[in-house]
Amino acid sequence: MSSTTNSPTHHTSTIGAIGAPSRRNTELALLAFAVVIPVFAYANVGLAQHGEVPTGLLSYGLGLGLLAGVGHLVVRKFAPFADPLLLPLATLLNGLGLVAIWRLDQSELLQSIHQAGNAAPRQLMYTAMGIALFVVVMVFLKDHRVLQRYTYISMAGALVLLLLPLVPGLGLDVYGAKIWIQIGSFSIQPGEFAKIVLAIFFAGYLMVKRDALALASRRFMGLYLPRGRDLGPILVVWAISILILVFETDLGTSLLFFGMFVIMLYVATERTSWIVFGLLMSAVGAVGVASFEPHIQTRVQAWLDPMREYQLSRSGATDGMVHSEQAMQALWAFGSGGTLGTGWGQGHSELIRFAANSDFILATFGEELGLAGIMALLLLYALIVERGVRTALAARDPFGKLLAIGLSGAFALQVFVVAGGVMGLIPLTGMTMPFLAYGGSSVIANWALIGILLRISDTARRPAPAPAANPDAEMTQVVRP
Amino acid sequence: MNKPLRRIAIFCGLLVLTLLLRDNWLQYVQADTLKNDENNRRVAIERYASPRGDIIVDGKAITGHATTKGDFKYKRTYKDGAMWAPVTGYVSQAYGATQIEAINDGILTGNDDRLFFRNTLDMLTGKKREGGNVVTTLNAAAQKAAYEGLAKRGGKGAVAAIEPSTGKILALASYPSYDPSVFAGGSNADGEAWNKLQKKNDKNDPMLNRALREVYPPGSTFKVVTAAAALENGLYSSAEEKTDSPLPWTMPGTTTELPNEGNIPCEDATLREALRVSCNTVFGKIGSDLGNEKMLDQAKKFGFTEEQFVPVRSSASVFSDDMNQSQTALSSIGQFNTAATPLQMAMVTAAIANNGTLMKPYMVDELQAPSVDTIEKTDPQEMSKPLSAQNAQILQSMMETVVKDGTGANAQIPGVTVGGKTGTAQHGVDNSENPYAWFISYAKGADGSSPVAVAVVVEDEAAVRDDISGGGLAAPIAKSVMQAVLNGKR
Repeated sequence: MSSTTNSPTHHTSTIGAIGAPSRRNTELALLAFAVVIPVFAYANVGLAQHGEVPTGLLSYGLGLGLLAGVGHLVVRKFAPFADPLLLPLATLLNGLGLVAIWRLDQSELLQSIHQAGNAAPRQLMYTAMGIALFVVVMVFLKDHRVLQRYTYISMAGALVLLLLPLVPGLGLDVYGAKIWIQIGSFSIQPGEFAKIVLAIFFAGYLMVKRDALALASRRFMGLYLPRGRDLGPILVVWAISILILVFETDLGTSLLFFGMFVIMLYVATERTSWIVFGLLMSAVGAVGVASFEPHIQTRVQAWLDPMREYQLSRSGATDGMVHSEQAMQALWAFGSGGTLGTGWGQGHSELIRFAANSDFILATFGEELGLAGIMALLLLYALIVERGVRTALAARDPFGKLLAIGLSGAFALQVFVVAGGVMGLIPLTGMTMPFLAYGGSSVIANWALIGILLRISDTARRPAPAPAANPDAEMTQVVRP
Repeated sequence: MNKPLRRIAIFCGLLVLTLLLRDNWLQYVQADTLKNDENNRRVAIERYASPRGDIIVDGKAITGHATTKGDFKYKRTYKDGAMWAPVTGYVSQAYGATQIEAINDGILTGNDDRLFFRNTLDMLTGKKREGGNVVTTLNAAAQKAAYEGLAKRGGKGAVAAIEPSTGKILALASYPSYDPSVFAGGSNADGEAWNKLQKKNDKNDPMLNRALREVYPPGSTFKVVTAAAALENGLYSSAEEKTDSPLPWTMPGTTTELPNEGNIPCEDATLREALRVSCNTVFGKIGSDLGNEKMLDQAKKFGFTEEQFVPVRSSASVFSDDMNQSQTALSSIGQFNTAATPLQMAMVTAAIANNGTLMKPYMVDELQAPSVDTIEKTDPQEMSKPLSAQNAQILQSMMETVVKDGTGANAQIPGVTVGGKTGTAQHGVDNSENPYAWFISYAKGADGSSPVAVAVVVEDEAAVRDDISGGGLAAPIAKSVMQAVLNGKR
């Protein structure tokens, strides 16, 4: 499935084995699977629910195929050495998400409470917008190092994005979590975009400061303690994430940003002490805020005893707190799926009602595709993270390394926080499963994230320009990414 | 920077591994618990997803199904629901299931593990899942006679009839009753119908299964148990032996004389005579002489103090264990604390009619797969041997005298040997409330074996107090039930 498009001139260089194959044809073949699998799933839902192949099958297949094709052609043209797995993985997840959203659209129960009905066409539109942003990144971001110039603008931008939901008249309070803004008929989750912009800021900032942070430290009990003045940045980020937690009452976003920062700080300085500090600070912050914030408290209670929360919700308990049966309903959905699941369209995940097709979409997969399906999905996510980390390893510049690990680390954390929340491993948070869940901001932002990772990996894998021939030079060993 | 990168990679791997482990715990280890949790609406959705199998009496279904709106596709319907409710119980989209509908839910919905292989085959061949059937032991004609007899009477009451040789339950009626069809769905109308039937809204408590779940003082019908105890313990060896019974008789440890109903010849009466005219003094003294322990032993052998599972649970009948002599005397004539379900008294009668062997009562004969193949068949099972065959036959002849020329004359069937015993149990503070009229009886076929034993209890608020006697109110119902069974045999 692979081919080498390297021109022979690369092999004339004295630097051996640097001319990595571009693997564009591998990507194309994988993309074909990434389009065909969701199309079969789509047909499966139609057959299970209405006994016939859905009429939209052709247009859906063509739509997804077209988007994937555009993505592929743009990558082939503008980032020929980019990682071949990321685009097919994202396409497959996005396609399966569309199928699950369409499947929940068919539910009369969800239609009757306006939680579904026409979500799939909208999601397809968001996907198109996401691919468009992906194309923009591919075409206009010729080199990711350009982003370094915008370090402090990124900081300002990220802060604005994070604060937007708190602006009166703009922010939305959806079941206690204030992470949305409303513009016209669109609601946007700025946090999803802030994730990327913050990663750019952290990467730019840490690249400059990493030596100071790493070297100027005192040794204490086997740990390198940073100087007081170097503690500043981590304290600021910590404070911001605590503020997010308090004012937007969103544990997930808060954890995500702080976690991303700690990961990048650790990679930049190679100091384990930062991890210890990070863990301590997030524990203190989370416990501290949870001690007075009722929204977080209910989430924790629902996590500890989902059955009690279900019964409180059912009995219409009037203790001033919002009780939700979602957590228990999600667990039932997973349990009812069992090992192999009920099959597409044959489960009852609509019982989750609110946010069944967004935050809780994984429960639909759990019920209808079973343990096998969820394991496969989790491994798809793991592969995306793995390709991201590999890109970071292969990147030749510290900024690229930091940005790639920041983005893929944040991605991994998000998957963990959302999937863990829905599966009852940790308290629920208001974030969405990347690519699978219904929601424009999430899809668009994650396509941009994939775009940036592809750009970094293209730069990393692109054969180095042939140096002037030097007969004295020895053969240089190059670690193939 | 590559070393920390590799560590972060391992960290991300651990995150994913944690998720994978959690998912395995959730969808493999906990899956069945979560899947079958009663609060999980999928359980109910599944229950009503396909037409439910039927409950069958005499080869005919007494149940059916209808389609409904919403996520529950089908609901249960019943034919002659009120008559059969004490047998079937109910299954309602809103209120769950009871009795046979609950106990055999797996077979009726087709979810039972024993149908797994068939279901898997059906899934592969694309056939829709169906429920299996529950075949009962009941006799439609006997049930009809029992229910209509009670309905004609108009008061509250219950009937239980058993085939003595096998323990098959032939009739199980309770009145007033309810039609479970009216609240089988999940609509508002179903909710209203349900509320109307609740005890707080209907003082007659139509949803109480009186044949199995209500205990009544058995009154004089309990004297057959006392007589069995007297014979088994060798107090008397025949029905013709004169008992050592003074009249009046003062209960030991008290100054109270135990009264008889009217001026009847009870002084030193034979057992046969004492049972024929229903002497309280004779049987009270027998109980007092035998003592609490022996009386309790005998009652236990007939099934008292234990819940019966037929397979529907019946309440435990009561005979107390720490009574003094006078209390034992009162208990031995079916008063004081003694209380029995109609099923229990039918079991007593059946054991006597079956020459002393009590068969375990049951009402589910067979569980069938959707293809009507038998999955499980109930075999008759001996439960205990309350009295010897010889003593049983003595008791039979005594009970036959009661019907031939005693208080049970209303149960006579021309050309058929019938044995029985009347009872009139007082209750309420100072006996202020209407007594319960009891009648227990059996009929004998030509070969001397008995095809039916029946117990009837009637609480008739409309009747004049004096009119209430087992012979007057309950015996005609018992007679028509026995006739229905006998006619079916011919």
